[in-house]
Amino acid sequence: MTFLDYAPAPESTAILDIKPSYGLFIGGEFVDARGDSFATISPSTEEHITTVGEANAADVDRAVKAARLAYDKTWSKLSGSERGKYLFRIARIIQERSRELAVAETIDNGKPIRETRDVDMPLVAAWFFYYAGWADKLEYAGLGPKPQALGVAAQIVPWNFPLLMLAWKIAPALAAGNTVVLKPAETTPLTALLFAEICQQAGLPEGVVNIITGAGGTGASLVAHPGINKVAFTGSTPVGRSIAASLAGTDVRATLELGGKGANIVFDDAAIDQAIEGIVSGIFFNQGHVCCAGSRLLVQENIHDDVLHRLQRRLQTLRLGDPLDKNTDIGAVNSKAQLERISALVDAGEAEGATRWSSDCVLPAKGFWFQPTVFTNVHTSHRVAQEEIFGPVLSMMTFRTPEEAIAKANNTPYGLSAGIWTEKASRMLAMANALRAGVIWANTFNKFDPASPFGGYQESGYGREGGRHGLAAYLEASDQKAGGR
Amino acid sequence: MNPATALAQTPRAHTVLGPGATEKALTTFLNGIPGVDTVGAHARAAGFASRSLKTTSKAAGLDTIISMVDLTTLEGADTVGKVQTLARKAVSPDVGDPSTPSVAAVCVYGDMVSAVRESLGAHHISQRPDGVAVAAVATAFPSGRASLAIKLADTQFAVSEGADEIDMVIDRGAFLSGSWGLVYDQIVAVKEACKREDGSFAHLKVILETGELATLDNVRRASWLAILAGADFIKTSTGKVAPAATLPVTVTMLEVIRDWHALTGEKIGMKPAGGIRASKDALRYLVAVAETVGEHWLTPDLFRFGASSLLNDVLMQRQKMRTGHYSGPDYVSVD
Repeated sequence: MTFLDYAPAPESTAILDIKPSYGLFIGGEFVDARGDSFATISPSTEEHITTVGEANAADVDRAVKAARLAYDKTWSKLSGSERGKYLFRIARIIQERSRELAVAETIDNGKPIRETRDVDMPLVAAWFFYYAGWADKLEYAGLGPKPQALGVAAQIVPWNFPLLMLAWKIAPALAAGNTVVLKPAETTPLTALLFAEICQQAGLPEGVVNIITGAGGTGASLVAHPGINKVAFTGSTPVGRSIAASLAGTDVRATLELGGKGANIVFDDAAIDQAIEGIVSGIFFNQGHVCCAGSRLLVQENIHDDVLHRLQRRLQTLRLGDPLDKNTDIGAVNSKAQLERISALVDAGEAEGATRWSSDCVLPAKGFWFQPTVFTNVHTSHRVAQEEIFGPVLSMMTFRTPEEAIAKANNTPYGLSAGIWTEKASRMLAMANALRAGVIWANTFNKFDPASPFGGYQESGYGREGGRHGLAAYLEASDQKAGGR
Repeated sequence: MNPATALAQTPRAHTVLGPGATEKALTTFLNGIPGVDTVGAHARAAGFASRSLKTTSKAAGLDTIISMVDLTTLEGADTVGKVQTLARKAVSPDVGDPSTPSVAAVCVYGDMVSAVRESLGAHHISQRPDGVAVAAVATAFPSGRASLAIKLADTQFAVSEGADEIDMVIDRGAFLSGSWGLVYDQIVAVKEACKREDGSFAHLKVILETGELATLDNVRRASWLAILAGADFIKTSTGKVAPAATLPVTVTMLEVIRDWHALTGEKIGMKPAGGIRASKDALRYLVAVAETVGEHWLTPDLFRFGASSLLNDVLMQRQKMRTGHYSGPDYVSVD
């Protein structure tokens, strides 16, 4: 054994108490789904975790009605400071149960425990703490002296950051005085169901938060329900587009957080070792299942070979394997379907003539895995330069001048994120002004904070989550009529 | 010095700066090195610190740490008795467990070298390959504020007393004022002073005193400068200035060592010193070394810990791993 063959350091799962099956969380209690049930499996082992209910249209109706009742009878009658107390309580319980939630997320999603433990769960708690503080200060949100809640919010979250996306949706909605019906992704329902237990533990009034599990059909029923006032969706651009179409002509408000093909731009004067780290965290964090991933690397042409060499050397040190092992850097791809999509796009990249390089890590026999991969000789016309892969695959291109970097970075139907690596502050600011992306990081990447608004341009969606701006998505300005129908 | 004056010529400087290099050429080169982003460097170090070394990895790591310790005493109150106690400890760190490896070296002031050599006897590295070396601080350690003549005499004395390794300090005042040629030439001169009568050289460790250089950009430049001038090892600190060794500083220096190796194939050693007291911290340094320059650097020839209290903490952890329970400080020897 050599030093770098670190001995197994598995996080214990003993802390976790998963029930053999879960119903839907409606009106403050778990009820059986009237539709079918389906299994959720661990993507790293393909082992069965638990069985969850699939909400059909009748279940959706029941959940929306429970949320409406809670809004009318309880939640809209509470003062902001009372709502804030519940949110603070939830935030503290999340902190207390963070290890359990991290293990559950790792098992269900496949992402490494070091990420769920060090990134996801601290951010989940931070989001609830942040918006708990806003609950009694809404008159300072820039929306007039007495902004009003919208009513019932339908929220659909993706599988890449299951509990964190739940927090991004539920915390501001509740702080602003709305009640919610939330649907987690069908491959990652576990932490949302544990969150339902936390709502019970916090004594949250029944019906304020309703969690319904299911696949696309459940989501479609939810956004089509006439009883909702607001849709908040994070997921793929095609689904976002169909939601926007189904809501057209109604007065249901919508915020959509969709795909991206972020450019990470490295100038020749960058702090090179830190830029390499930023490239790595930009695309290999969370197996690249990040909508704001820096999936296009734009490197100044004169340092291309040096950057590639350093990047490849660094990627060889990434440890792929059991996501519960505390030393694992790269976990499992979330599902077989996603693995097939990644593989298909990578095959397309090779067929189009880009040069593929993958790190030497050995893939486990069971589960869904993909090696960290870098494409060089990529041209802007290649599919791997245009389409969102949503996996650990980086497409490396070059530029010669700042103007060319801006033109190439903006040459995408998306516009969610971008990164700039330079030691020259004036260039950094000029680039940031010229880039068409909702989030721009300078000399860092994939950093999130509840106080900072997040959202995209063009096909990356509309609306902002996080910060004061995130409240606007759940409030009507003082002079508007609001509060349900 | 006149920026156009030629520097002392070394093979390494020749490789990078070309023949007849001047201070201007050195300055241009060092200013052209990519910068270090402090926030990113700290994040990288924190990443290494989050590695989890358990069971067999921890046990092997603890023994590796012991074998890399430069067991150090650098006090005005040092006596022959004190350094000889330390030398005994260096040979047999844990008398209750003969499987415990010896440390790499004993590190003392130059006037204590002969006492340490005498105490080591047959356990000195000249007598057996796994023996203990003697390192001496020199060049008006720790401040380095003395004339070059005194620094060289200090070095020559320690070498003539039998020091295997010399830990020199750079002139931080000269470095901070931009007199990089002066710092460079002094290192070259000290290296020459490490030459023994038989033509061999004592190993030269160059202490940057990173706590006084303050920025990671300076640390990176000083690392390149020391290597170009002929350092066998680069070392963070004297232990007399806070902060001493930190993980971000060490990683920054290791990156220079890695880049030098990629450029020339030559392996430079690294020695963090001061402030590393817990086994847990030391294990993090091993991770940083293995994941930055590669695990073939995990040998006393290429990596050392400058430490005193660290050894006892490692011994207690080692006893814990063997017996399953913590023993406590009364079960390791004070020195």
